[in-house]
Amino acid sequence: MEQKYTVGVDVGSTTVKCILLDEQGEIVHSVYDRHFSKVKETVCEQLKHIFSFYTGKFKIAMTGSAGLGLSTAAGIQFVQEVYAASLAIKKMYPDADCAVELGGEDAKILFLTGGTEQRMNGSCAGGTGAFIDQMATLLKVSGDKLDELALAAKNIYSIASRCGVFAKSDIQPLLNQGAALEDVAASIFQAVVDQTVAGLAQGRQIKGKVLFLGGPLHFYKALQNAFTKTLGLSEENAVFPDLAPCFMAYGAALYAARNAYWEDPKDILDKIFNSKPNESVFSSQPLFASREEYDEFIKRHSRADVERQDIATYSGNAYLGVDAGSTTTKMVLLSDEGKILYSHYTQNVGRPLDVVSDKLKELYKLMGDRIKIVSSAVTGYGEELLKSGLKLDFGIVETVAHFTAALEFCPDVDFIIDIGGQDIKCFKIKNKAIDNIMLNEACSSGCGSFIQTFANALGMGVAEFSKLGLFALHPVELGSRCTVFMNSSVKQAQKDGAGVDDISAGISSSVVKNAIYKVIRAKSPEELGKRVVVQGGTFLNDAVLRAFEKELNMEVVRPAIAGLMGAYGAALYAKKKSKGKSDIITPEQLENFSYKSVNINCNRCTAHCSLNVLTFSDGRKLISGNRCEKGLGKKESDILPNLYDYKYNLLINGIKNTAVSPKAKVGLPLCLNFYEQLPFWNAVFDSLGFETVISDESSRKLFLSGQHTIPSDTVCYPAKLVHGHVLNLLDKGVDFVFYPCESYNIDEDHSDNHYNCPVVAYYPELLRANTAELNQDNFVYPYIDMNRPHNIASAIVKSLAKYKIKPREAEKAVEKGFAALKEFHSAVVKKGQELISFARERNLPIVVLAGRPYHIDPEINHGVQKLIASLGVVSVSEDAVSDFADTPALGVLNQWTYHSRLYRAAAFVAGQKDMNLVQLVSFGCGIDAITTDEVRAILESRGKIYTQLKIDEISNLGAIKIRLRSLLAAIE
Amino acid sequence: MEKKHVQFTADMRKTHTILVPDMLPIHFKLIIKVFEKYGYKMELLQNSARAVVDEGLKNVHNDTCYPALLVIGQFLDALKSGKYDPDKTALMISQTGGGCRASNYLHLLRKALEAEYPQIPVISLNFSGLEKSPGFKITLPILFKLLDAVLYGDLMMLLYNQCKPYEKSKGETDKVLAECEAKLAEKLKKGGFGKRKKNYKMILDAFSSIKRDNKRKPRVGIVGEIYVKYSPLANNHLEEFLIREGCEPVVPGLMDFVLYCTVNNINDGRIYGFKNTVTRVSSLLYKILLSLSRKLNKTVVAYGGFDPMDDFEQLRKEADKLINQGVKMGEGWLITAEMGCLAKTGTKNIVCTQPFGCLPNHIVAKGMSRKVKEEYPDANIVAIDYDPSATNVNQENRLKLMIANIREN
Repeated sequence: MEQKYTVGVDVGSTTVKCILLDEQGEIVHSVYDRHFSKVKETVCEQLKHIFSFYTGKFKIAMTGSAGLGLSTAAGIQFVQEVYAASLAIKKMYPDADCAVELGGEDAKILFLTGGTEQRMNGSCAGGTGAFIDQMATLLKVSGDKLDELALAAKNIYSIASRCGVFAKSDIQPLLNQGAALEDVAASIFQAVVDQTVAGLAQGRQIKGKVLFLGGPLHFYKALQNAFTKTLGLSEENAVFPDLAPCFMAYGAALYAARNAYWEDPKDILDKIFNSKPNESVFSSQPLFASREEYDEFIKRHSRADVERQDIATYSGNAYLGVDAGSTTTKMVLLSDEGKILYSHYTQNVGRPLDVVSDKLKELYKLMGDRIKIVSSAVTGYGEELLKSGLKLDFGIVETVAHFTAALEFCPDVDFIIDIGGQDIKCFKIKNKAIDNIMLNEACSSGCGSFIQTFANALGMGVAEFSKLGLFALHPVELGSRCTVFMNSSVKQAQKDGAGVDDISAGISSSVVKNAIYKVIRAKSPEELGKRVVVQGGTFLNDAVLRAFEKELNMEVVRPAIAGLMGAYGAALYAKKKSKGKSDIITPEQLENFSYKSVNINCNRCTAHCSLNVLTFSDGRKLISGNRCEKGLGKKESDILPNLYDYKYNLLINGIKNTAVSPKAKVGLPLCLNFYEQLPFWNAVFDSLGFETVISDESSRKLFLSGQHTIPSDTVCYPAKLVHGHVLNLLDKGVDFVFYPCESYNIDEDHSDNHYNCPVVAYYPELLRANTAELNQDNFVYPYIDMNRPHNIASAIVKSLAKYKIKPREAEKAVEKGFAALKEFHSAVVKKGQELISFARERNLPIVVLAGRPYHIDPEINHGVQKLIASLGVVSVSEDAVSDFADTPALGVLNQWTYHSRLYRAAAFVAGQKDMNLVQLVSFGCGIDAITTDEVRAILESRGKIYTQLKIDEISNLGAIKIRLRSLLAAIE
Repeated sequence: MEKKHVQFTADMRKTHTILVPDMLPIHFKLIIKVFEKYGYKMELLQNSARAVVDEGLKNVHNDTCYPALLVIGQFLDALKSGKYDPDKTALMISQTGGGCRASNYLHLLRKALEAEYPQIPVISLNFSGLEKSPGFKITLPILFKLLDAVLYGDLMMLLYNQCKPYEKSKGETDKVLAECEAKLAEKLKKGGFGKRKKNYKMILDAFSSIKRDNKRKPRVGIVGEIYVKYSPLANNHLEEFLIREGCEPVVPGLMDFVLYCTVNNINDGRIYGFKNTVTRVSSLLYKILLSLSRKLNKTVVAYGGFDPMDDFEQLRKEADKLINQGVKMGEGWLITAEMGCLAKTGTKNIVCTQPFGCLPNHIVAKGMSRKVKEEYPDANIVAIDYDPSATNVNQENRLKLMIANIREN
């Protein structure tokens, strides 16, 4: 009799899984392979393999994100993967309460008891498995090794869990600071856990018997541990099935048994093999129409080169420049005539200090006694580390290094764009000085290294990979939002049959579009000027260069040493500033050089920064990771003042409770608009005889405590923090939390309207709907209009009916509230004036740090005001100066109170010689997409440089420091 | 204070063609006919290539929401096509004056035009006195006809979605729709739309003549941010996709949004304790609009064979249960209320569409889905983000999950 089997095929974004069931429903065969984008081929191979062992009739069904297209094209039954998982779970683990599945691209969660529910990650948090792969590549280890490292970790760093790009922005500097790879590895897995819990659980707790499915959760022990620990699961409740990687395939097989029909193996194979990919891929023009065009292009670009001299033939003084970039390390040695004697470009493999000291040893050998380094400079992320480790003479900010190099190359340059591994930097040049700087924000970071990682994943070098793209006929359109989105677009393109050449060209053009439309924001080439120099390792890639020229429709200059420009600039700088003698580590010292890295927590303030202390072999120490100078042991009185800290302390320490026997304890969360209205509500409730309790200061821990109740993972960090604050108040035993909804803010009479942003206005509604602990008694959230005192009073009377407040009392309380609010604002303005005078007396530059009231929260601003102080600048807040200017003519509808202050602050700063404005923007703030362009226009119209700092839960200030130093360097 | 911009003058009415973005294909076709009747030259844009998105990315801050990117991208793509003389073209865009970013689309559009097309005037279509163009005026006769266009549009959309998934001969529903549109346009040209009752009957007759399968398909509601909810360009032809997957799309009408905007003015007065001309006029207007929308619904019920829309007062009751009518930015409480009402009236499966990073939807859509599910445990809601960089597979896979769950229940 003929045998009958059922096949389930799970075609995921990176792997193909097959499960074969016999007539009794027993698993007789399973396969798991990576498909390296050859989806159809891999599926056919796996099936052929199975059919070679088993003969008879087969039922087949497919699942998985890549299975969607293939099954439709081949006319095979398709079952959605989460649904497939639920079928499999019901069969195998009927008593499970919950299941978490992580794949290459998507993360899913299934709640099976107490109201079934299934969720998939939002578009922003894509690429879980792909993220782990990328991080392994970044650390230059295999996935297994990454796991092994993580298991030996001693510390966990907090890494942004919003998405892969943000996490990478946190990891890169950790590596460059010399953090232990073990700890970094464990932190990577922890970030995955945090992201999954935050993005998917969304208000529901993951508890009971939990199944963990999918490849990554099966193969990475450290990831399993992190999940079990974070969710607080007991051993018997955390289930890691042996079948985990192929679980969906099993579900698909179960589905096939019920829904498919019997077929011959040959028919199945034919259908799949002959299926036509769908034609929906958007493609653009080829980069080069012909070989001749390419040759001409190469010829044109080969003209831009620097003179070199053989190091063996030179003797005399030399100047060393080092660029310790995010992913690569570059070195250049210049002769007295400025010729390049030696250059080096290498991946820093997460250990820049080791790489450079090794190379320096090599260099010393080449130099012998003939050549002497008389001056040296270092730039890039690893600046501090290398400067103190190897005792280099100067540390300069990257922008200055790159600018110096480009100027040497092309003295009449108008515009410089540098695309490195992590960052994109652009400078507009006027009169041989930097006129404007544009740097990428977190979302666009990592574009350069994305090409690298991607090429490596295909088993190629960057050079080989990018060559493929040059003559691709149909470059695919991959979007330009960020590398997480690009990565999933690539996956889709592959599934739709795009070749590696088309993808290579597509990635190059995506990177370019990201730079042009998100960083430069140029609408036309004219804005860039006539002479454009492009540099940075990424531009060594001809496909990127070509895509850039094509997109802007202009010819640009690419120096042959495009990848070395930072180091070249540093060397030029060292040469210019040479003191005739360098402190650089001697060959003898270098032989015995070593270092040790320890992590400690700084206890000098409540921020408790995690400090990384490096001890060098000669006993010197380098402390990094500190946000302020206290961590370095500086005295309080030596630190420059800033208004943010003053405002914050004034707000928190200003809470008054005068009632002898309070009616009740009212909880006010320290969040969003309360950062301005706290004095108001405290005075109101004090006057009404209530005791005011405010929530604890924000912290990472507080955020994590409320993380499981956040329904939207793309909302801004200030909003996400609210959840923890409200729970914290309940923990403190308040009788109720008071948090009004406010469509309107106070009308300051300067704008078209005076709204709050939708998030600030209605967050209480969201809290009430998503926090199980809140009910109508312990959460009071009336709708009030701050411009109608009478309305506020009646809303208080109504919403707190239980306490029988008389309308007259309420009216009086509101009056007191407004008085307190006015007093607070006056104090801020007065202090602001004091600080401005303080700075002017000492000739210090002033920065107006313009954001929203809640940006004074240290967990939100990550201590940027302290960083500014450490750079020798006095900072004040936007509301301290916005009263002193009228709203300038705007090109937008000015309809939000907080934001209208920005315009006025910008107008004020534009008229002050010694002031600059730095705008703080929280990631996800949609409204700032409108305000930033406008603030920029106001400043630029008066010749000021616009600086934007985008902040999120990322706590690393590395990129921010570069921005601020660049601004200072440019205004000097 | 606002920067100066080019005005749409009275003379331009004769010389300029006004381009209109493609938001609601059925409604906007009719609305254009209304304006044409009063001497405006108008054209509904239907260009939808990838170039639209590319122009958007080029000309709008990339962190701005997808609808702004698409609308502005569509305008610029059209202008650059060479089909229109920039000296004889004007653009029109709507503006509600609410607290979300949408009221700034107009300004973003002007910024996008600045460099290349400084001469092109942009007209604000608003009913809240935000901005006026000397050459463009919504007179009472126009206003009434626009209302009619909304009502007819809603009815045709309603019936289309109830016929298309069931049509026995392929393409018949589209043919009927085109015929109805043509008839209405013809009437308008000759004088006016004429009696509503008659037109309703004409439309109902036409659609009920379509031969349909009577095996009922699962109904899937579409709610969300107004542009991605309705525009096929923005939501990757969501209605077509659902029909292809064997579902019946249920799309709440545009009249709900008009009523929502009107009632918000009344709500402001009620919540914050004041009365003024706006609240008084709105109260009156609301009564008229509500009765119009109810009459339409009654006609559908009386005719039989089709499901009516949810009554707006029901939506408001639903809102009071789930959220507060004070939440009025973007589509505000209306989205939550529509989800609730759909679930309540048997459309358990709901797609909640939103532009990636949509601010109000953090609160009213994603933020409220837990509450809707508490109230209606078998509601099957999926939130889909739309973005120029989001992949189709990603969206379809989530929709498929929602559809798989239908089969389950």
